[in-house]
Amino acid sequence: MSLSFRKFLDRAFLLLLVLLFGVAAMFLLLLLGYVFVKGGGVVNLGFLTSMPKPVGEEGGGVLNGIVGSLLISFVGLLLAVPVGVLTGVFLAEFPGSRLSKLAALAIDVLQATPSIVIGILVYLWVVVPMRGFSGLSGAVALSLIMLPVVARSTEETVKMLPPSLKEAAYALGVPYHRIVLRVLLPSSFSGIATGVLLSLSRALGETAPILFTAFGSPYLVLNLLKPMAALPLIVFNYAKSPYEVWHQKAWGASLVLLVIVLVLNTTSKWVSNRWKVRF
Amino acid sequence: MQTVETARADDDALTPPALKEGHSDWPSFKKFLGLFPLSTSMLVVGMALTLLVQSYVVFRELGHLFLVGTEWDPVYGSYGALPFLAGTLLTSVLALLLSLPLSMAMAILLGEYLRSGLFSSFLQGVLELLAGIPSIVYGFWGLMVLVPFVRVLQETVGAPTFGVSVMAASLLLAVMVTPYAASVGAEVLRLVPQDLKEAAYALGATRLEVLLGVSLPYARSGLFAGMMLSFGRALGETMAVTMVIGNANRLPTSVWEPASTMASVIANEFAEAVEEMHLLSLVALGFLLMVVTVAISLASKWIIQHLAGGEGR
Repeated sequence: MSLSFRKFLDRAFLLLLVLLFGVAAMFLLLLLGYVFVKGGGVVNLGFLTSMPKPVGEEGGGVLNGIVGSLLISFVGLLLAVPVGVLTGVFLAEFPGSRLSKLAALAIDVLQATPSIVIGILVYLWVVVPMRGFSGLSGAVALSLIMLPVVARSTEETVKMLPPSLKEAAYALGVPYHRIVLRVLLPSSFSGIATGVLLSLSRALGETAPILFTAFGSPYLVLNLLKPMAALPLIVFNYAKSPYEVWHQKAWGASLVLLVIVLVLNTTSKWVSNRWKVRF
Repeated sequence: MQTVETARADDDALTPPALKEGHSDWPSFKKFLGLFPLSTSMLVVGMALTLLVQSYVVFRELGHLFLVGTEWDPVYGSYGALPFLAGTLLTSVLALLLSLPLSMAMAILLGEYLRSGLFSSFLQGVLELLAGIPSIVYGFWGLMVLVPFVRVLQETVGAPTFGVSVMAASLLLAVMVTPYAASVGAEVLRLVPQDLKEAAYALGATRLEVLLGVSLPYARSGLFAGMMLSFGRALGETMAVTMVIGNANRLPTSVWEPASTMASVIANEFAEAVEEMHLLSLVALGFLLMVVTVAISLASKWIIQHLAGGEGR
């Protein structure tokens, strides 16, 4: 092969790469474009603050979904964060122990489990014994989605702390539990917060685990023992319907969901840069 | 960096015994902390056991018929899951093939050509956005935009114009799983030692030749692991697939036909399953799905870790 042909191939390949990247970027652009344009035409203050209305009636919104989603994922966070953070601390503090190896494997398995399977499990564990769908069961399902993310990010952050930090505390005769609670955890705050926000954003967008746990509801429900609405469920139900008006609402709900998720992702990045403790 | 990590690796040894004894709360607090990884582990063991026990009934009653039967009709009590196994495999393999050019292009761009700079962070941003969009939004967009597009494709190839089909699901999945293979691929390409590449450049190789002759062969197991990770994601993805695959309970004979996957049939039928056997069959499908996705994901993780700890460093 002549040198000029080899150079030509080199250039052609780079062009191919950029073209393929263009395809992926176009997909993203089309998706965001549709959601923002179609959803933007629907979303206004009324959409965010009113309840759904039957077909044929003007207006109506997704207030129940927003409240439900926030409530379920907040309760999910309350369940997942303590266990996740302390599991992560243990993994970072005792990396060689048998328990750590077992728990690390468990976290990998949990992370790899399809979210629909988490839904089945929580159905069997919570919905069947409680004899009914409930917001609480949805929260349990989401907490199982969050747990591995929180544990992993905690482990990674605590592992990155310089040993001198702990040694200084040891030298001062600080009891071990205070070292963990007053030295290790505060120093890794930004990393843990980033993980928590990421897990929250993932959980908020999940549909499959709450499909037969929280189940959805047309009413504004604050009782965690009752079936509860959530934004992804609203998108799913409206999308399945044959009415054009409801498809409009699904675009609107998609936009609200997308904006919440993207804001959380951006915030988590900002937190990890802004509040990073540097050594 | 290296010294820090070795020090961390045997932290117990680093702390002098006298120190531990001086801190009377050390053993008790370690035990307290240990409760949390223990409960996480028990949780996961419990998950696997629950699914196994529940689906055991199905495997005992139906035996291999559950896996090879082609008839899924809860009304008549026949539960042959082959259509869903085939549907899952077909959509995921096709999605993987379709995503391969995209993910490899992004991996090579990020890991080889554009390691830093404005365009690199732009690319990174595109990947992060693609990975961050909820699957229900993908699904609804797919139903509204991609399905009509697939209908046009079906018209051109002369297939029945359902729109909803294996092809629609695979196209959507291909975009959804691209970020996973791409970011793992970029990472392993960055691990390729600079001196190997420089040696090839010194021999007069062009960038493409260095890539094909040095970087890609060096990183191939990592690239493969990234693809497996994508494949595992595609297998387990539920909502987006459910909305565009058409949910037909029969064995797919072409990619232009509607079909069902294991995940989509669970999503569609679980809440309405009245018959005990129906519910348990769906649980058994979930168990199979979990076993396969977990095995794939653990294998790819193992390859990646093996790579990062060994020759790559």
